Amino acid sequence: MKNKYSIFSLIKNAFSQHENWKQAWGDPEPKTEYEAIIIGGGGHGLATAYYLAKKHNMRNIAVLEKGWIGGGNTGRNTTIIRSNYLWDASAGLYDHALKIWENLSQELNYNIMFSQRGVMNLAHNLQDVRDLKRRTHANRLNGIDAVWLNTDQVKEFCPIINTSPDIRYPVLGGTLQRRAGTARHDAVAWGYARGADEMGVDIIQNCEVKGIKRNGDKVEGVETSKGFIKTKKIGVVAAGHSSVIANMAGIKLPLESKPLQALVSEPVKPIIDTVVMSNAVHAYVSQSDKGELVIGAGTDAYVSYTQRGSHDVVEGTLKAILELYPIFSRMKMLRQWGGIVDICPDASPIISKTNIKGLYFNCGWGTGGFKATPGSGDLFAHTIANDEPHKLNAAFNLNRFVSGDLVDEHGAAAVAH
Amino acid sequence: MFLINCPYCGERDQSEFSCGGEAHIVRPKQPTELSDDEWAEYLFMRKNIKGVQFERWNHAHGCRKWFNMVRDTSNDKIHAVYKMGEKPPVE
Repeated sequence: MKNKYSIFSLIKNAFSQHENWKQAWGDPEPKTEYEAIIIGGGGHGLATAYYLAKKHNMRNIAVLEKGWIGGGNTGRNTTIIRSNYLWDASAGLYDHALKIWENLSQELNYNIMFSQRGVMNLAHNLQDVRDLKRRTHANRLNGIDAVWLNTDQVKEFCPIINTSPDIRYPVLGGTLQRRAGTARHDAVAWGYARGADEMGVDIIQNCEVKGIKRNGDKVEGVETSKGFIKTKKIGVVAAGHSSVIANMAGIKLPLESKPLQALVSEPVKPIIDTVVMSNAVHAYVSQSDKGELVIGAGTDAYVSYTQRGSHDVVEGTLKAILELYPIFSRMKMLRQWGGIVDICPDASPIISKTNIKGLYFNCGWGTGGFKATPGSGDLFAHTIANDEPHKLNAAFNLNRFVSGDLVDEHGAAAVAH
Repeated sequence: MFLINCPYCGERDQSEFSCGGEAHIVRPKQPTELSDDEWAEYLFMRKNIKGVQFERWNHAHGCRKWFNMVRDTSNDKIHAVYKMGEKPPVE
């Protein structure tokens, strides 16, 4: 590795006041032709390029990003990583990702600050209790760690939660996945970008795709703000803008794009050392290494590309947070933002070929794509390189909306959509 | 977050309304004769436009009536509101 990061390189560079670190990835102009083009330089897109180069030896490829890498949903999510999904197909997909997360810092030689601090999902009514217990059993049958906690155990695991039976939605228990946790979102994008760049992948920022050129049922290239680029394979990883790209190619996707909001508080000393999510009241919270509370709110219930989100959604989330954590009542919120999430009718992603030869889509991650970043990139790279899905993403094909073989994770995914 | 001019009640906050998705998707007249592809198209495939989109809204916390709206999804600006059964406005 041309610029390997280690304690020794840190010491060596300290002597030159850290002024001689090499650029982690280049800023190339696009070539006229590539073997494959990835549209979208977020975590999923960069991971796809990284695995295409690393595992499938495709080095003459480019990632096109209309803004800067990691500036879309990769930089706008609440960085929660877990794999406690109900259905077998989802469990396989998300646990594949979690296993890669566990060694990713070493693999990339880049500290992605992966922290397995555990994710706890709360139950507030009897149906929640039944659903979450069922999910715990399903997880364990799939080899995913999961335990059911009663109210006292919830309190013991996270003492600041208000477990009084007198609140509007009392805590009746919860599930805990100890292998779950968080990672540093920017570092994930940067680590993959650096790894891909080193293997010869061109990462082209400020390059917006304006059109997809088709010849009958094959792709021929992409029209971009930096001119036309020829290619036989296009992998679209454009998150909320997937339908916009699909429209350029003349196909329709089963997606609706909606703003999803998150917010962070002023930084405080360590107060919550895990991630707590609540489906019923829609509030989830963790604490960043900087000390800010990271709070995830809900989506607006209508299509919008505004990257803002409505005030009443944030208000609803904060009401729930305050009832569950009265200790936060005087915290000030510092920043609020929205990202555009593409939601599938069954709340599961699409990692699939299309009817057009050479056109592949990785989309529909909805409100929970960050956790899947490494697995998504690995499986999408496999799909593009072999023109066939890997067995772990076979169920997540586009044809399931025709066959009816949906992977319905709406209620089961442990977060309301 | 925006204000919606309900054709029955007048201008109200968006939080009083619920969105019913893309408008003018015609329910198939002969459901038994539809192929799987046609069902998928009717049930799941959406234009999901970034720009001017026609959609159905319901004044859920008001008169509870349905109506249609033309909205630019890139900036949430509303161009027109019209009642069910009325012809969509041509820009």
